[in-house]
Amino acid sequence: MNRQTNPQTKQQIVDTYFMEHRAKLVDIAAYLDRVDRGHGDDAADFRDVAFRRAVEILLDGQPQRAGRILNLLSDHSTKLPQSADGMKGALGAVSLTDGGAA
Amino acid sequence: MKYIDPHIHMVSRTTDDYQRMAQAGCIAVTEPAFWAGFDRSSAQGFYDYFRQLTEYEPKRAAQFGIQHFTWLCINPKEADDPGFAREVVSMIPDFLNSKGELCGGNVLGIGEIGLNKNTKNELIILEEQIALAETFNQLVLVHTPHLEDKLKGTRLIMDALSASTIDPGRILIDHVEEHTVSEVLDRGFWAGMTLYPDTKVTPQRAADIIEMYGDERIWMNSAGDWGCSDPLAVPKARLEMRRRGHAVTTVDKVTFDNPQQFLSQSPNFSLS
Ligand SMILES: [Zn+2]
Repeated sequence: MNRQTNPQTKQQIVDTYFMEHRAKLVDIAAYLDRVDRGHGDDAADFRDVAFRRAVEILLDGQPQRAGRILNLLSDHSTKLPQSADGMKGALGAVSLTDGGAA
Repeated sequence: MKYIDPHIHMVSRTTDDYQRMAQAGCIAVTEPAFWAGFDRSSAQGFYDYFRQLTEYEPKRAAQFGIQHFTWLCINPKEADDPGFAREVVSMIPDFLNSKGELCGGNVLGIGEIGLNKNTKNELIILEEQIALAETFNQLVLVHTPHLEDKLKGTRLIMDALSASTIDPGRILIDHVEEHTVSEVLDRGFWAGMTLYPDTKVTPQRAADIIEMYGDERIWMNSAGDWGCSDPLAVPKARLEMRRRGHAVTTVDKVTFDNPQQFLSQSPNFSLS
């Protein structure tokens, strides 16, 4: 099988998936609205900062958006702690000042 | 249609799931040893788990015409205490091959080993389990970390594996996503895509990855376990590929032929 092949035309892909992703798009918009309506300081959580940078990737016109967003949300530090004792579970993003976003 | 689910934790699933999987065309599963959602308090807890994987689970699967194979190890989440981990690892050889006293004959290799929080302790035990696979000429199934830890962890794991003498063609690196799949394949390893809600890939993204990176040395699995997961994820991904117009031969390749080819490198794997 050749790489870079989807058997569908662009029109067929839109026909197949538009409704599903329309719903996900509105979900993202509603989530950002919800954050706006929240109480408290605007002090940006590192996950929120990374999320908004990821949203910019969606419209930058370049390929490999999924891979680039996953990269943005990855730990790029080289530190290796001795033990996981007391560490939290994965949080889904990394502070940009702490090894995030290469 | 028939398929293999090469990574599913059936000890956490009900017998109904075996029935539904069989009805959907599943003829074989392989079950890596993993974290049970809580830390076991003793090595004896692992001994009982290994017996469950090698003795009990194959019988439960056989009731539905499904062949059950397994992989043994201490998982990275419970490998942070090296002394404890070594005690567990020392029990594995007896389960491995026909010379072992405890062999159920269904053990395909060492797995799922890997990293969880990318710590030095986890890395030490990963290296020792790679050495165990080397010594006993076993296939290796690798767990890569979740979310933000995946990219770094996958690279650390590949470096540790490349330092061994194990042929990368005998190693499958699981839970790849769009940011790790090409490095895994480029370095000669097999890649597994896990169809798992929220934290891994959807059937749509799995089909996308096959379109972008090809159908060689890649498989997909449900990794169904005690969390929110779907034991029918593989047949759902088959449907997704078919609805896009992929040939049945391509769908069969990634959900049957490829797993069969990789797993057949173990003398303990054969389909009846
Ligand atoms: Zn697993």
